[in-house]
Amino acid sequence: MAEESDDRKPLLSKKIDKFFTGLADAWNFVRRFWKEVFLPPYEFKEVIHQCYRIGVESLPLISLTGFIVGIVFTNQSRPSLSEFGATSWLPSLISIAVVRAMGPLVTALIAAGKVGSSIGAEIGSMKVTEQIDAMEVSATNPFKFLVVTRVLATTFMIPILVLYTDFVALMGSFLNVNSNELVSLSTFFFQVFESISFLDIWSSVLKSLLFGFTIGIVGCYKGYHSSKGTEGVGRAANSAVVISMFLIFIEELLVLQVVNAIRTF
Amino acid sequence: MAEKVVEIRDLYKSFGDLHVLKGVDLDLFREENLVVLGRSGTGKSVLIKIMVGLLKQDKGQMNVLGKEVSQLATKELNELRLKIGFSFQNSALYDSMTVRENMEFPLVRNIKNLTKKEITMRIEELLDAVGLPNTINQMPSELSGGQKKRIGVARTLILNPEIMLYDEPTAGLDPITCVDINNLINEVRERYKTTSIVITHDLTCAKMTGDRMAVLLDGQFSSIGTFEEVFPHAEDKRVKSFYDYNFIES
Ligand SMILES: Nc1ncnc2c1ncn2[C@@H]1O[C@H](COP(=O)(O)OP(=O)(O)OP(=O)(O)O)[C@@H](O)[C@H]1O
Ligand SMILES: [Mg+2]
Repeated sequence: MAEESDDRKPLLSKKIDKFFTGLADAWNFVRRFWKEVFLPPYEFKEVIHQCYRIGVESLPLISLTGFIVGIVFTNQSRPSLSEFGATSWLPSLISIAVVRAMGPLVTALIAAGKVGSSIGAEIGSMKVTEQIDAMEVSATNPFKFLVVTRVLATTFMIPILVLYTDFVALMGSFLNVNSNELVSLSTFFFQVFESISFLDIWSSVLKSLLFGFTIGIVGCYKGYHSSKGTEGVGRAANSAVVISMFLIFIEELLVLQVVNAIRTF
Repeated sequence: MAEKVVEIRDLYKSFGDLHVLKGVDLDLFREENLVVLGRSGTGKSVLIKIMVGLLKQDKGQMNVLGKEVSQLATKELNELRLKIGFSFQNSALYDSMTVRENMEFPLVRNIKNLTKKEITMRIEELLDAVGLPNTINQMPSELSGGQKKRIGVARTLILNPEIMLYDEPTAGLDPITCVDINNLINEVRERYKTTSIVITHDLTCAKMTGDRMAVLLDGQFSSIGTFEEVFPHAEDKRVKSFYDYNFIES
């Protein structure tokens, strides 16, 4: 009995150790990013290439999802509003929901699944096949070429994709509103812009920058630290998605608190 | 005696409980080809990775071109790395880039102000040297294992290294391609005056390319000398068996 508990203790403390060393590693990784992002040489071409790739990779899925979210959300909100005879408020309701919450969240979650996993898998397989070592021994900086470029690309692209998702979702919503309430496009968008404020747009863009950074850095970190073997690559891709989705929800909550605080001023 | 390029003294390296290198001593002289032999998992790759600073030793000296590798700051380490070509065991070509981009990658990042034409000329010269002039626009996935090895060698040669480290250049290749690669190693040495370390299991390769052999056994070099000195009359049974299994016909 005594032996068993002795055996268990190191295992538990090993796990705790592992958790905290992992946390320290991740923190160092983020710090290294902020250090290297400002130091020359800059890999502009690769940043553009990555931006393009992220856009192309996620555009079809995001278009479809955004559109469906717009339609479904409008459709589901109609009964509750019509109880009060307030279906004319639909455009305002939807636009606030989309711009403040749904747009950024839907885009970030899809990008985490699509872009985050592909970054994790790509960098992970480069790690496993010693391509990162090869860059290092040829006196180039793999961190700069692989990590900095991808994190910058996700950070810039997610806000753009979010604005696009907002637009597509509102179009979906418009189609639904138009076929049920016979509201014209100009009236619909007039109401939309009436109800969203400057703060809404700004906080949505800032939040998306944060989401984009998270997706990029988590994918890169997981890939860069993936263990040997093809199994390691799979695990890197998988945990990149899980962790960035988790962090996105946490960040959403935190940002919500901050924005609410600003709103009450 | 020729100038020493690498001097290794009492080098130790372990991974957790696994003691890989246990007191390695070795000298490498300018323009010689040294072959390192040893069974799988004896730490041959680990040794040359310490040489370029990819891994750090636990104890001992690794002196390359007059500098202790583990003591170098990033900038100095990179200056040293420019003088060392490392050809990886599995080629390690960047698989999202074409052959041209693979070879450009180290070149444009280390040597500024090259014109497009100069870059292309340099790449073509080296592809010619490794016997693959028509692959410039191909992706690594379109190349065979032997071709990848050659491109890997060409990529490491592009920065004119003084020292070449070949990690198992012939592993997994058919005997004829092996001979081609061995010839390539010798040609590279003649043409670019490099000093090299060739890691291999393959005694034909060792015999063809090496001036001296060094056998890594149990974390140390057990015997170092010319092929004739080390092999046919080896006293250590493990070294002998290495020879016997390779040359069954002799
Ligand atoms: N980064 C690492 N982390 C942990 N263990 C390692 C690492 N690199 C190598 N090892 C271990 O060190 C030992 C020696 O590895 P090394 O790659 O040098 O072998 P090798 O002599 O090159 O063998 P092979 O001929 O199969 O390539 C192996 O047991 C390996 O598992
Ligand atoms: Mg090896």
